[in-house]
Amino acid sequence: MKPRPSVMSESNLQPDLYRPASSVLELRGVSCAYDVGRPAVSDIAFAAHEGEILCLLGPSGCGKTTILRAIAGFEPVRSGQIFLSGQLVSSQDQMIPTEDRHVGMVFQEYALFPHLRVQENIAFGLRRLNRSERKMRVQDMLRLVGLESFERRYPHELSGGQQQRVALARALVQHPVLLLLDEPFSNLDPDMAGRMRQELHDLLRRMKTTTILVTHDHDEAFAMADRIAVLNQGRLEQFDTPETIYHMPATPFVADFVGQADFIPGTVSSGMVHTELGEFPDTLGCEDGTSVVVMIRPDDIHLVPARAATSHVLSRQFRGSENIYAVSLPSGQIVHSSQGSTSVYQEGTSVELRVLATHTVLFKQLGAGPT
Amino acid sequence: MFELSPQDWTAIALSLRVAVVSTLIALPFGIAIATVLARASFWGKSALDALVHLPLVLPPVVTGYLLLITFGRKAPVGAFLADHFGIVFSFRWTGAALACAVMGFPLMVRSIRISLDTVDRRLEEAARTLGAGPLDRFVSVTLPLMRNGFIVAWVLMFLQTMKELPATLLLRPVGFDTLAIRVWMEASEEYYQLAAPSALLIVLLGLPTLLLLLSKDWRAA
Repeated sequence: MKPRPSVMSESNLQPDLYRPASSVLELRGVSCAYDVGRPAVSDIAFAAHEGEILCLLGPSGCGKTTILRAIAGFEPVRSGQIFLSGQLVSSQDQMIPTEDRHVGMVFQEYALFPHLRVQENIAFGLRRLNRSERKMRVQDMLRLVGLESFERRYPHELSGGQQQRVALARALVQHPVLLLLDEPFSNLDPDMAGRMRQELHDLLRRMKTTTILVTHDHDEAFAMADRIAVLNQGRLEQFDTPETIYHMPATPFVADFVGQADFIPGTVSSGMVHTELGEFPDTLGCEDGTSVVVMIRPDDIHLVPARAATSHVLSRQFRGSENIYAVSLPSGQIVHSSQGSTSVYQEGTSVELRVLATHTVLFKQLGAGPT
Repeated sequence: MFELSPQDWTAIALSLRVAVVSTLIALPFGIAIATVLARASFWGKSALDALVHLPLVLPPVVTGYLLLITFGRKAPVGAFLADHFGIVFSFRWTGAALACAVMGFPLMVRSIRISLDTVDRRLEEAARTLGAGPLDRFVSVTLPLMRNGFIVAWVLMFLQTMKELPATLLLRPVGFDTLAIRVWMEASEEYYQLAAPSALLIVLLGLPTLLLLLSKDWRAA
């Protein structure tokens, strides 16, 4: 039986496992056993709504691909449940095979069938349909991804970008309940990746396809996702919108992973955090004397050259649209500042720092945050 | 140059028949065993692996002898096959085909297994996401991609069969003279000139398949 809500009667489902149809995918406390070469994940919970683009973001080895493979049905779960369209598909003692899950997937290296032409690759999932309908669907899909004239080519006769479109067309043509994308842009040069990212985003929006995208690139996640699940060492650190992830990271790891961040130590006294860079409101409500760290992004620090200042420029990194300065504070603490590309200060210049943050993010301790 | 006698033609026909039939018999078993060895893990796998390779290490005469005492009319397996399926191996041409199939089997399993290992498992995973069940994806994805392995398996098997002598000798009926047997018979009675045409024919028949094996055209695909 296909896990499609339309063909399922509610009586088939255990009442406590029922979920409204708006959750296309739901993971509840999912853990996957450790397997050689695949990182373990534990206690992962999130849900994707109809038409949503959801991103699993994290460094390599964080378990994001393991989660994707568990959703696809390639990887068994040790505990917890995975639901597709409200139907339980994975649990400790139940595993609906991939071929009955009705999920589309684009693999990292596309996994096109090398012995089949483009049109045969796309038609592979439609073999149950009659010939004319199959042909029509394939033609529609070819037009949608802009490969009309390549239908008779073999995969090895296509460029990387074209191969990716074929892989996408092959997955989307069967109207999957859920589309899974495993690092889809990692094999394209940056220019191509940028263009494909935009095209894919538009296409998924137009087709209203619920999508789970795996990536290690936060720019990609920000550009594509409605919501992002940030993973670290097999655990879900934060599940939120891109804006919240960036501005209000839940953990130091998230703060550092999704963009450059400096962590300034400080001490709480009478509702304020006192640091080398000034005072910030104590949003955590800590007792006096508690040690905390304040996260500050480079775009929140403004530099003003001043002869009497006690901080000085250590280095400048030109990034085209901006200059990133590393600045050494009197204590030896190093912070980063983003300045306009025309603001050029020499190394050793004495500067005053003005923190312009409209909000600050505090952490009790740095915990597992890197550097 | 030299003219072929009717006996020569008979020998060619017999050799080719044995080569083709033994390869066809071995192929489904070869695919099955190679798949099991490459993909499954179970208790006794290395024992099965060793058993498959036995004909490669045993002297062919010993293999022939073992086949004879296994598949002979009075042996348990042979009697069972004869009584229930009417298949008799001992002293029939089918016995020669069986001998060649067993002798070439390790080569066939090895080449199929190697080609199976080179098939990207992600392609089968991709087929799964497209709704293909186990048999479907094996037939429509895995088997076509193993094409090169089948060509190698077939060529090695054919060459093995053309030169196979000791096991065939033990199981063949009287007068069933393949090219290799003719070379052996004439040469053992010191009729060296008479052995020459058959010897040359073995080489000539093997040559095209060897060239096929070494050619790069099909390997590139």
